[in-house]
Amino acid sequence: MRRVHNIHGGIHPPEEKDLSNPGVVVDAGLPDKLILPLSQHIGAPAKATVAVGDRVLGGQCLAVAQGVVSAAVHAPTSGIVTAIEPRPIPHPSGLDNMCVEIDCDGHDDWIDLKAIDDYRQLTPHDLLEVIKHAGIAGMGGAGFPTATKLLARDRHTIDTLIINGTECEPYITADDTLMQTAAEAIVEGAEILAYILDASTLIFGVEDNKPAALQVLQQAVAARAKGQTERQLDVVSFPTKYPSGGEKQLIEILTGLQVPSGGLPADLGIVCQNPGTAVAVRDAVLEGRPLVDRIVTLTGRALGKPANYRVRLGTPIAHLLALSDFDASQNERLIHGGPMMGFALGTDTVPVIKTTNCVLVPTRQELPIPPSAQACIRCGLCAEACPAELLPQQLYWYARAKDHEQLERHNLFDCIECGACSWVCPSNIPLVQYYRAAKGAIQEAREDKQRSDRARERFEARQERVAREAAEKEAKRAARKAAAEKKASESSDEDPVQAAIARAKARKAQVTAASEQDTPQP
Amino acid sequence: MSWLRITSPHGHGPLSTQRVMQLVLLATLPGVIAQTWFFGPGTLVNIVVGGALALGFEWLAVSLRGREPKAALSDFSVLVTSTLLCIALPPYSPWWLLVVGIASSVLLGKHLFGGLGYNPFNPAMVGYVVLLISFPLQMSSWAAPRGLTTPPGLFDAIGALFGTPLADALTSATPLDILRQNKGLLMDDLYATAPQFGRWAGIGWEWVNIGFLIGGLWLLYQRVFTWHAPLAMLAGLGLAALIGFDGGSSISGGSPLLHWLSGATMFGAFFIITDPVSSATSNRGRLLFGALIGVIIYLIRTQGNYPDAVAFAVLIMNFAAPLIDQYTVPKAYGHNKREES
Repeated sequence: MRRVHNIHGGIHPPEEKDLSNPGVVVDAGLPDKLILPLSQHIGAPAKATVAVGDRVLGGQCLAVAQGVVSAAVHAPTSGIVTAIEPRPIPHPSGLDNMCVEIDCDGHDDWIDLKAIDDYRQLTPHDLLEVIKHAGIAGMGGAGFPTATKLLARDRHTIDTLIINGTECEPYITADDTLMQTAAEAIVEGAEILAYILDASTLIFGVEDNKPAALQVLQQAVAARAKGQTERQLDVVSFPTKYPSGGEKQLIEILTGLQVPSGGLPADLGIVCQNPGTAVAVRDAVLEGRPLVDRIVTLTGRALGKPANYRVRLGTPIAHLLALSDFDASQNERLIHGGPMMGFALGTDTVPVIKTTNCVLVPTRQELPIPPSAQACIRCGLCAEACPAELLPQQLYWYARAKDHEQLERHNLFDCIECGACSWVCPSNIPLVQYYRAAKGAIQEAREDKQRSDRARERFEARQERVAREAAEKEAKRAARKAAAEKKASESSDEDPVQAAIARAKARKAQVTAASEQDTPQP
Repeated sequence: MSWLRITSPHGHGPLSTQRVMQLVLLATLPGVIAQTWFFGPGTLVNIVVGGALALGFEWLAVSLRGREPKAALSDFSVLVTSTLLCIALPPYSPWWLLVVGIASSVLLGKHLFGGLGYNPFNPAMVGYVVLLISFPLQMSSWAAPRGLTTPPGLFDAIGALFGTPLADALTSATPLDILRQNKGLLMDDLYATAPQFGRWAGIGWEWVNIGFLIGGLWLLYQRVFTWHAPLAMLAGLGLAALIGFDGGSSISGGSPLLHWLSGATMFGAFFIITDPVSSATSNRGRLLFGALIGVIIYLIRTQGNYPDAVAFAVLIMNFAAPLIDQYTVPKAYGHNKREES
């Protein structure tokens, strides 16, 4: 049994996990239209390869990855492309972004999928291509393109793959449901990932508030362990605490090691993946299926029937709200993600994307609007709660004072924005909001500084050049003057006419010489 | 329909600043009860009259500053300040002493610096020190504890409030006073001859300190503050007393137990130095902050001109808190060494 380590801080908000009936998947069906954003991941948006009016089949590529950090987008069903234009997408900014709209024809015709019988016959890089073409991006929430993350294998020796089934955010049960219903697929996918990474250890980390998921995972792993794998497989449960599921926090819980500030888990020989991502990889490799659907938790007390749905990507959230008996009378907020790190949506026309693990629809009483912030009394409860071991109370003062030097000295950029400090703050100060703004301001100042440094360098180079040219001119003038004076003193007794001719000749010669001198000295 | 767009987190924990203040007020109960039992109702009268004055001054200050008085009055912070000051004041203080003390705390200690959260000094201790320096006579006249005499009653208390001083028979020097003035007796003789000394420390005082210790431990259990500053202060004071305790000669500074259970030790450790606004902010910083307060208390008690020293020690270290903060930034996740400035 693996030893579990404790992490600093953390909080215990009400879990509210039972509300959405974890372990049961409900099919969300096919909406009339699907809206597929070209940016469902971190990095460059995908580039559309279809045009308005095209008929597309399920599994067909709609847009290809552009550059290294990007992910392709596929059609989740058959239909006609009716628009390629900016639409509202789920993003904290609330800005519109390019989307492909498909008018579903209801036939659900699919392209022929190319399955791979024995992936061990392929090289890791061939498998990375498969994953890349399947459009897989981290399904835990951040949406980092999976093939790119796995490229860490080329630069680091990876010995441990962690499947992050922590799901520490309250309310969300999408990963729990997936683990309960598809444990074998998760283990298969994890094995493929471990093969790509050449990792000898595979850890499934799950919080101890998911006993059912732990049990089926343990069974699936035990079945594997009988001769099918040469790797060490561990299912590890650890005490429930928010935010144990943060990548850095989970690594410390499972290994006792801390990811260096500014570094990556790969620096420790570790890669983390979400269970949903593992299943997507399995489907892509063993069935040839691209990523076109996922499990989404619809929960909150403004819903009559909270549930976990299997949803095709691009399904408008309004479609899911209608399925769940949404009661608008007591609802003020529509949250994409969980209550701690999710962001509020302005409209329900936005679609489900690869990172949509939860749509939280609370009543006014359930998650009340925060009262206005009071003065910070530096009680330090935030520092007790901070999993990054920062001093949120000091960061708050420095953020208000716009003291960038002190903010960096107090390690602002190690803040993971988990929201634990804001949650405990007795004065209701929206601390995370201050840190986000301060991070943005510091980034901007850094870029400004780079720009002004470049401008200063240019200016100084010019000053130097102008000074050098002036000095050269002065030197030439002095040389001419000296030569002329010398000439004058030598030829003072001669005939003035002859002297004038000689002077003119000399000047001519001087000018030629000077123009030769004009070429800069090396 | 349109939805509200608010940034995360969307939930909030159960604790509020108002609740924190209420817990602190509640936690003073065991100590206040002990103080009332041994010294009579003077402290209660202080707290009630002081509280009313404090609400008045708070209202005045907040209104003058153009803020919303209702919000400021309902956070209970000014009642915490006034209650702590009134516990520290001698029972049976005249009304004008309370007025000057509360005004100094609320106006000078708190609002002059910008109100709640902005005060570099502990407001209760600012008020206390202003009174101690300005009115040493009134500030050093303590009622005699039950056991030496019968404590004054409510009428005496109200009389004292309006200017009738307590009868001499009802007052007595505090044990720390006697200790400071003792030049000839061994400690054992002092305990035997001076009637003010009880089992471990002064009669009454030891139970008052135990009362505040109980209230403080309860606050610790409620996680209103961390153990660092109180424990460090008691350790600092105890260690200094241990070094200064030569077994009980006439120049001995008193045993650690005597210091822990005398004067305002426990009250200071759990109710004064734990004021987060004016203390150091990191746990390491609070260790240093508390330990130095403990040492300074001992030095002033044994070497200084005042019998007790919590207020001075706290104010001195309030000055040092920002400096301590500069040198005690904790190691963040993923950093190898402590970042030295």
